[in-house]
Amino acid sequence: MTVRPITEDDIQAFVDERLEAPRRAEVEAYLARHPELGRRVERMRRLGDALRDAFAPVTAEPVPAQLNLAHLMEARRRPRLPAWQAAAAAVLLALGGIGGWGLRGTLSSPMTGVDALAQEASANYAVYAPDRLRPVELAASNSDELARWFSARLDRRVGVPDLSASGYRLMGGRLVATPHGPAGLLMYDDPRGTRLVMLMRPMAQPGDAPMREHRAGSATGYAWAQDGLGYSLVGASDPAVLHPLANEIRRTTATNT
Amino acid sequence: MSDMVRLIEPLIPALRRYARALLRNPADADDLVQDCLERAIGRWPQRRAEGDVRTWLYAILHNLAVSQMRQHARRGASMPFEDAPEAILAVAPNQHESLLQRDLTAALDALPEEQRGVLLLVSVEGLSYAEAAQVLAIPIGTVMSRLARARDRMIQLMDGERASAPTGRPLLRRVK
Repeated sequence: MTVRPITEDDIQAFVDERLEAPRRAEVEAYLARHPELGRRVERMRRLGDALRDAFAPVTAEPVPAQLNLAHLMEARRRPRLPAWQAAAAAVLLALGGIGGWGLRGTLSSPMTGVDALAQEASANYAVYAPDRLRPVELAASNSDELARWFSARLDRRVGVPDLSASGYRLMGGRLVATPHGPAGLLMYDDPRGTRLVMLMRPMAQPGDAPMREHRAGSATGYAWAQDGLGYSLVGASDPAVLHPLANEIRRTTATNT
Repeated sequence: MSDMVRLIEPLIPALRRYARALLRNPADADDLVQDCLERAIGRWPQRRAEGDVRTWLYAILHNLAVSQMRQHARRGASMPFEDAPEAILAVAPNQHESLLQRDLTAALDALPEEQRGVLLLVSVEGLSYAEAAQVLAIPIGTVMSRLARARDRMIQLMDGERASAPTGRPLLRRVK
């Protein structure tokens, strides 16, 4: 009778108790003749037991709600709100509660295009325009640096519109976060201290979008897109003042950039 | 769809166990399983009907875990500060964890990633060698050699440590 030689694979399968009975008997006989190997096999078996014992309690735990299959399937059917969008919505909700803009209704459906831009501009206006300590991060004296900063982060050449002919002085600006990436925020004021903000960011859609008026609380805004770059001008001023200003900006940026 | 629930749901506890053994941090492990289940739901229609659901799920989970562990390894020392305490806690002892278990999990963590997967899938998850080969997309021969190396390495790490420990704390019963 010829016996197939015992291989390392046989040893492993013996440890795992996965050998057919005849082969198992052959390995057992072999181990009896090689006690050192027998000790190694015994040690490997105890290792397996220890590993199973170590992680067995996990399967006894109740499955957490986050892994409820029905919930996960349901969530998939609904349009997904990525975590950062949910976080941004939470911030806006909190701000809405404080500022009383009544944004809650609009947040249930994530906005896109110029509408989203208008909402972002209103949110930033509500946060930064009333700020007495640090309304802007970079002052107007650094307007070249501001333009360079925005151009670098928005990944395209961006100019800083001059509204001085209309009586609005550039105060400065800052980079702000939106659910659609970074945006440049510029702030202007008039001799009475009335502030305006203008938000600029690249749009998901290339090309132009017509100007649209939007209102949030006491603030009015005008949002549009030009050559893939979105603009929104927001202020508490009379629409009769703001609208011509927005038109003026649209006209000058078209020639400048 | 109800077919999907019927086939996947009973496997969730075991998927959690595999994720926990690989990542060690319970919250990270459950996030990984969630990711796996979401993918499984999304890919269910494209799944080969004759394929084994369990192997398919382990494969999705394993691939997600590997890419996550590699990302962590790449980030290395620049791990976000707020993540650090939790990561340390994950290997710290708690009152339910014996010294033996601590040595066991420390040795497991010290295994090369590809050996750890094989050892856990075969020893803990009870997959056949052929199933483990399918999950890891490697030949059965490679499963066998990695399994042998993983076991020897684990034993060496655990028993070697005991030999060098002057206090001689009983980590595992010595073989007679």
